[in-house]
Amino acid sequence: MRRLRRLFLAPAAALLAVTLAAPLVIVCLYSLMTRGAYGGVERPFTLENYTRFWDPLYGAILLRSSWIAAVATLLCLALAFPLALFIARSGQKKNLYLSLVILPFWTSFLIRTYAWMFLLRDTGLINTLLQSMGLIHEPLPLLYNNGAVILGLVYGFLPFMVLPLYATLERMDPSLAEASSDLGARPLQTLWRVTLPLCAPGIRAGSILVFVPCLGTYLTSDLLGGSKTILIGNLVQNQFTTARDWPFGAAASLALMAVAMVLLLAARRQGEEML
Amino acid sequence: MADDAILQLRGVSKRFGAHAAVTGLDLDVHRGAFFSVLGPSGCGKTTTLRMIAGFETPDQGEILLNGSRIDALPPYRRNVNTVFQNYALFPHLTVRGNVEFGLRRMGRAGIEEKVRTVLEQVRLGDKASRMPAQLSGGERQRVALARALALEPDVLLLDEPLSALDPQLRKQVRAELKDLQRRIGVTFLFITHDQEEALSMSDRIAVMNRGMVEQVGTPEEVYRRPKTRFVASFLGAMNWIGGVGVRPEALTISREANPQGRRGVVVGSVFLGSAVHVEARLDSGEICTAQVAHDAATLRAGEAVSIGWSAADELRFE
Repeated sequence: MRRLRRLFLAPAAALLAVTLAAPLVIVCLYSLMTRGAYGGVERPFTLENYTRFWDPLYGAILLRSSWIAAVATLLCLALAFPLALFIARSGQKKNLYLSLVILPFWTSFLIRTYAWMFLLRDTGLINTLLQSMGLIHEPLPLLYNNGAVILGLVYGFLPFMVLPLYATLERMDPSLAEASSDLGARPLQTLWRVTLPLCAPGIRAGSILVFVPCLGTYLTSDLLGGSKTILIGNLVQNQFTTARDWPFGAAASLALMAVAMVLLLAARRQGEEML
Repeated sequence: MADDAILQLRGVSKRFGAHAAVTGLDLDVHRGAFFSVLGPSGCGKTTTLRMIAGFETPDQGEILLNGSRIDALPPYRRNVNTVFQNYALFPHLTVRGNVEFGLRRMGRAGIEEKVRTVLEQVRLGDKASRMPAQLSGGERQRVALARALALEPDVLLLDEPLSALDPQLRKQVRAELKDLQRRIGVTFLFITHDQEEALSMSDRIAVMNRGMVEQVGTPEEVYRRPKTRFVASFLGAMNWIGGVGVRPEALTISREANPQGRRGVVVGSVFLGSAVHVEARLDSGEICTAQVAHDAATLRAGEAVSIGWSAADELRFE
């Protein structure tokens, strides 16, 4: 039986070895090499790609990526928690609401992000509407700033926060909230003292699921952020396309991974202390 | 007597869709009593408890605590506390945290002292820093009890608190619970489907069936003078012979012919430790069970016997 169990692991392990482990090794190697004249890499091996990160320009990009991802994660949490609570307590309509949460996935993320551009740009729906109502005279600068990027991220990743929160809340014994009320807690106290703390595993899972892809995003920041808000994801993309500096792109993507891992480990330690 | 009632239910009804869970329920629970609500599953006893606690609102009727209506108040405004069937201990809080929870929400003074006292009362003084997951089933039950008692409720509601314990522990906890109730003098409203529990612990028992109270009385009254067929059958074993109810312990069974008795044939016997149940088929075709002492249990299956009882032990119902 134990041997059989290992066999179950084999297909996924093989896939990951080919599609994740092997490319990661290649990325590590590339990050230690010299850029080729027309893209690609050449010898000699060097650490120069990493030392370039001491340039404050790149530090600022990493920092901006981190805080934008953090703000987007917190906003997702603030929006998803009440929604997940609502769905978990909706009885028979649960499945309907859950499918509505997942519904946006039926359309490509790229197209949905373009849709936001049409809504937010100077001649977009929102500005046109506000102007025709006479509420504003100049179009509001809704697009091409950090706010637009955060909006796009929150919109795109909200379901990844809702689903784990829902799963935790749905499993929660309803008699715990009743016991809290029975012992004199008002509804908001029950939410704060019982429901929220017991939801910690879902909050952690959802935050990781949202934060990590937000940290590495390049599509949303590219389309909604314009050229001013370059994030680490865009930096990596640029190195492999227009800049043709593969070694530095590889180093930047590894730096991104390192930041994500450090933050996740910190979050995990925090979680363990709380328990 | 009615002035002494701490909890009163007047014509309380509750429906869930097409299902009438409780219909026209009247109950008087006296101050300091150990009052049990006994009935089979689905009889409405849990709905009754939930309406008293405030988790359900009655469709009709009144619930009065100390003479004031509470049926429209939310649970956190009622001075009753509940021991849940699964205990519903907060898994993220220690034993102390669980017991403190209510005291903090109610803004009571002297919390530390109160927690210590109430944990001593349930013999958990040394387990205050444990998490619920580190406790045995019996200990968890006592934490649930301590948590509810800490708020000094007018009535403590207990929803089948022994059903999650293993059978050996259950008997011991029964005695402890009864003893605790006597010591602290808090009114207990105990919900159970187990007639033995209800009979052994209660001052009074309300027997419920299909959303209605069939009889309220002391354990002896409901057992010895059941008012309805249902009460007679639900509490203890009952033989139905010619439309008359007779308890197994009221039957005599002998090889010698008994002029007042009925004739029958032994079908088998069940050894119960303290006594033996002999099962016999009467000539009328009815099966009855007689409870006899060990030495009388030499009867073998197939033997012809005579079964008798005293007219005073007969229970008749319309």
